[in-house]
Amino acid sequence: MKIAIIKYNAGNIRSVSFALERLGVEYVITADPQEIINADKVIFPGVGEASSTMKYLKEHHLDELIVKLKQPVLGICLGMQLMCSHSEEGDVDCLGIFEEKVKKFDLPKPNPDFIKVPHMGWNAITNLKSRLFDQSLEGQYVYFVHSFYVAQGAHTAATTHYILPYSSALHKDNFYATQFHPEKSGDVGSRILENFVKL
Amino acid sequence: MELGALYASQGADELMFLDITASHEGRKTFVDLVKRIAKHINIPFTVGGGISELKDAEALLNAGADKISINSSAVKNPQLINDMAQNFGSQFVVVAIDAKHLEADQWVVTVNGGRIPTEKRLFSWAKEAEERGAGEILFTSMDHDGVKQGFANEALAKMSSELSIPIIASGGAGSMAHFKDVFTAGKADAGLAASIFHYKEIAIPDLKSYLRQEGVNVRL
Repeated sequence: MKIAIIKYNAGNIRSVSFALERLGVEYVITADPQEIINADKVIFPGVGEASSTMKYLKEHHLDELIVKLKQPVLGICLGMQLMCSHSEEGDVDCLGIFEEKVKKFDLPKPNPDFIKVPHMGWNAITNLKSRLFDQSLEGQYVYFVHSFYVAQGAHTAATTHYILPYSSALHKDNFYATQFHPEKSGDVGSRILENFVKL
Repeated sequence: MELGALYASQGADELMFLDITASHEGRKTFVDLVKRIAKHINIPFTVGGGISELKDAEALLNAGADKISINSSAVKNPQLINDMAQNFGSQFVVVAIDAKHLEADQWVVTVNGGRIPTEKRLFSWAKEAEERGAGEILFTSMDHDGVKQGFANEALAKMSSELSIPIIASGGAGSMAHFKDVFTAGKADAGLAASIFHYKEIAIPDLKSYLRQEGVNVRL
């Protein structure tokens, strides 16, 4: 079992690699197409801005590579948003693996509870639908940091409520994605990563 | 390091490792120690102290920090907030503000662990930090810090109404009720404490079940 973490101009790759180390899983951080294609599973992490990251992926031909992958792929945070069809962040067309669209959170008006954007902190995941999740995870809390959200659609695999209900996970064929950071979500997050490793 | 892992297992939601004397003594936070802590904890991890350049932040990012906290260096060079946010994203940048109460809603921003007052005022500086790209504000009231009589809830609520980014309240925690107050009256997005946890005056699991009972939405 070897997991390839796609290396590109994004932060927090270290957090993902430490999480895999804690699970005792072998991994490689790489941008090499052959190494990514040959891996048993692929993680597409992400923290950053959508349009500049899409530009980077295109320049390095990683966009064509990711959509053609056949093994289980897990997108995290910006990784998930980039797997959608379009993002309002920089008004950019993304990889189109999921038809869902990425939108900006609008603050409620009026805002008596002082709701903040970014949505930063712990929130519950409900209505779980993919093999990333098992029954014990329904309603559990995971860690989020994001200003843009994926609207609900045909591939919604988890729902979280912040300002409105949105997709906190997606699933289609071999592609899995979470808006939250499983690598930073305590024992619940470790369990989700473990479920991905076991797919 | 052991303490970090213990807090994570007890249900702490985030861990902050702040070397508060770093600026004062002019030394850098130990990157290796950060790396060892990051390997062992599975919750968000913020590191602060002695960060004055992009390369300091980059070293900490590579060591596994999820966020960095800047304080004195941002006051001296506010452009640092923009540079950090542009290079690493706003989510990576916590601007820490230590302030002392003057009168009414006037608070003076201090640096070097509260030792030196500056020209800046709390609310305008917090707003500027947000506009420059800070992802969160960590506000410590130097009047409340260590006194254990509760957080600076009035100032916190005012700040929360003026900013659209999350605010972490620090300074003053002495009882479980103080945490309830900071989330209700203080409108804080997070509450930080150190000594009451270190000296086991309050256990994190007890605090969180208390908050849940009191109607505060927390992860158990």
